[in-house]
Amino acid sequence: MAHGPAKGFSRWLYTTNHKDIGSMYLWFSFAMFLLGGVFALVIRAELFEPGLQIVEPGFFNQMTTMHGLVMVFGAVMPAFVGLANWMIPMMLGAPDMALPRMNNWSFWILPFAFAMMVSTLFMEGGGPNFGWTFYAPLSTTYAPPSVTFFIFAVHIMGASSIMGSINIIATILNMRAPGMTLMKMPLFVWTWLITAYLLIAVMPVLAGVVTMMLMDIHFGTSFFDAAGGGDPVLFQHVFWFFGHPEVYIMILPAFGIVSAIIPTFARKPLFGYSSMVYATASIAFLSFIVWAHHMFTVGLPIAGELFFMYATMLIAVPTGVKVFNWVTTMFRGSMTFETPMLFSIAFVILFTIGGFSGLMLAIAPADFQYHDTYFVVAHFHYVLVPGAIFSITAGVYYWLPKWCGNMYNETMGKVQFWLAFIGLNVTFFPMHFVGLAGMQRRVPDYNQFFADFNMISSMGAFLFGAAQLMLLYNVISTIMSGKKATDEVWEDPEGLEWTVPSPAPYHTFSTPPPIK
Amino acid sequence: MSGEGTYYVPEQSKLPIFASIGLFITVYGAAGWLNGGTPTLFTVGFIMFAMVLWSWFSIVIKENLAGLNDAQLKRSYVWAMGWFIFSEVMFFAAFFGALYYMRNISLPELGGDNTTNEILWSGFKEVWPLMVTPDMAANGTSATVVGPDINMSVTTADSIFTWLPFWNTAVLLTSSFTVHFAHTALKNNNKKGFNLWLGITVALGIIFLFLQAAEYIHAYAENLKIHHGAYGTTFFMLTGFHGLHVTMGTFMLLVMWLRSVLKGHFSHEDCFGFEAASWYWHFVDVVWVGLFIFVYILG
Repeated sequence: MAHGPAKGFSRWLYTTNHKDIGSMYLWFSFAMFLLGGVFALVIRAELFEPGLQIVEPGFFNQMTTMHGLVMVFGAVMPAFVGLANWMIPMMLGAPDMALPRMNNWSFWILPFAFAMMVSTLFMEGGGPNFGWTFYAPLSTTYAPPSVTFFIFAVHIMGASSIMGSINIIATILNMRAPGMTLMKMPLFVWTWLITAYLLIAVMPVLAGVVTMMLMDIHFGTSFFDAAGGGDPVLFQHVFWFFGHPEVYIMILPAFGIVSAIIPTFARKPLFGYSSMVYATASIAFLSFIVWAHHMFTVGLPIAGELFFMYATMLIAVPTGVKVFNWVTTMFRGSMTFETPMLFSIAFVILFTIGGFSGLMLAIAPADFQYHDTYFVVAHFHYVLVPGAIFSITAGVYYWLPKWCGNMYNETMGKVQFWLAFIGLNVTFFPMHFVGLAGMQRRVPDYNQFFADFNMISSMGAFLFGAAQLMLLYNVISTIMSGKKATDEVWEDPEGLEWTVPSPAPYHTFSTPPPIK
Repeated sequence: MSGEGTYYVPEQSKLPIFASIGLFITVYGAAGWLNGGTPTLFTVGFIMFAMVLWSWFSIVIKENLAGLNDAQLKRSYVWAMGWFIFSEVMFFAAFFGALYYMRNISLPELGGDNTTNEILWSGFKEVWPLMVTPDMAANGTSATVVGPDINMSVTTADSIFTWLPFWNTAVLLTSSFTVHFAHTALKNNNKKGFNLWLGITVALGIIFLFLQAAEYIHAYAENLKIHHGAYGTTFFMLTGFHGLHVTMGTFMLLVMWLRSVLKGHFSHEDCFGFEAASWYWHFVDVVWVGLFIFVYILG
């Protein structure tokens, strides 16, 4: 085993080191985050005022589509995989990931997949314009020719996700240091174990549904064509059978990150560890039986509406357990409010707001009113931005000193938090109101009636975007020249990652550490 | 869970980046080809990808022969293969789900006593196998999506013994036993028996593929094609993906057989390459049983 990283750029191309690969995932995801953010700002700039001023409606559709696809598959998922790569071997006392070469392959597929997907914007007929959920027949009969490239991009990024997940599961089940029993694992590892299971279960279904699209488009099959006996609604069923677990794929690792951070800054052990594990597993199980709550308005039989309504509401129970545990962990703790903690507390509060609007949407008769309005946009941005994005940001601030050996600038971190916090609420909170008042999503023009709230949303979006540049600056300046971090970094944090020097050596645990 | 401290973490490797480039050229070429281009790029990419995988597997085999793989690393391979097969199960689940949905939800709706039927597809009756599509029923000769002339259901067979899917089932089920006999022989240190039974398994796999090709030739000659409505769609997609997986499985077993016969690989305690291929083989066999029931018998 080599003792340090190889020299030059080939280090990154040929690496088998989980830390190198984790860093590449994180940088790639941040680049995609900025790209998806630019798409979002195009949308918000167009919606700044009613009427059409900046982009054509067709291009607007491409922007809403690409924003969703890039954020989900390019920003959030790879960021979590990057954190998993960095942290899971260190948290388990393992020398590396179980299958290091496949690990690098999982990463390097992604830049090619996204180059292919983004290149469709420059193809004849434009890029995907059918929404990130690519419902048939918009994505089949009425799609631009570039949809074929989109389909294959989804195929290979799915292959990347499956290989990444297999690697994570093999690492967790096989690479733990002696004495590291399953119920001693940090929650971040637990949530990733369950997330990886979800990914392996549903990414092939996504591959199946895009294959059906491909066949309908190029080989005349009738999956989504009623003329031949198929049904466009079949697309929605298969897509959301993937799509709903996918939503939890984007939030379960966030639960793990927050469950690591809150105890550190509350200076108390996590309340209800085992109930957290069981709650995570319950959420994963429920995620397979709630998919049709995305489809209440397609004409499901009443029994279906009721089943999916109640099943969806059940999710509030394990989620409530988690929120209760985080709050109870903080209760009477001696809390301090460093940047990771600020992001984590904001996560708990704002994610709960997003959860409540989710409960409103779960009520089938009410959803007939909310469906495809900005209320839905507000809901899922409240769970994804302060959920996934805030937790990733919290995790980066929390572990960055361990990764690079330098402490970030705390003041700048706190300023960035408040800018992001204010920006996100100013952007997304008014969307609840315009949505309830009837403004549809994915439309470039709107009634003057919604003008004020939209203008506020757009201003918030640009503020939120600016805050991300500050994060980038803070991270880069920390890596280049921060003040030296201690090995423990924080005050008596839990976990094996804090027992190794900062920065963590290139190969952490060549021999397994003792586990208490 | 163990920690011998000997877990093999490979040095830097060029395999992943070249595999990514090969895969990218393959799919980019495939998309361009489907959109009216030529197959050149696809072919180049595929050859490159296949070559990378070939050298990847040979490197892994060499490392194993060199004794670099400890028991813990071998467990990683076991987990990985198991979860890979699970992902394949879910892939097929999507297509079986589509078949279920068409037969039990969309076709009854299209042919039901409701306004959809009355206004859009008047005259359409739901009958499976679907020989008359909703389009044909409603629009007669101007229909664009027409049904097939024949189907492969058991009801069309004169006798079970002249019905090709029956023989296909027999061949594939037998091959699951022979691959198991090969495994047992290997575990008993009987390399001759192993080579024999594995060779028979590969032969059965090839026979299955020939029979399946005959079935497809028959189907296309008698006008049952992939674009012939819901029946053509589900019949060819399910059997087609299964056939593709049988091809891969046969190739894997063939490689294992050649490794054993030509290079003398595999012993009773070191045979995971073979075991992984045999698990895969049992998996395609189980999928076939599902196909046989839901596409042919109940079809």
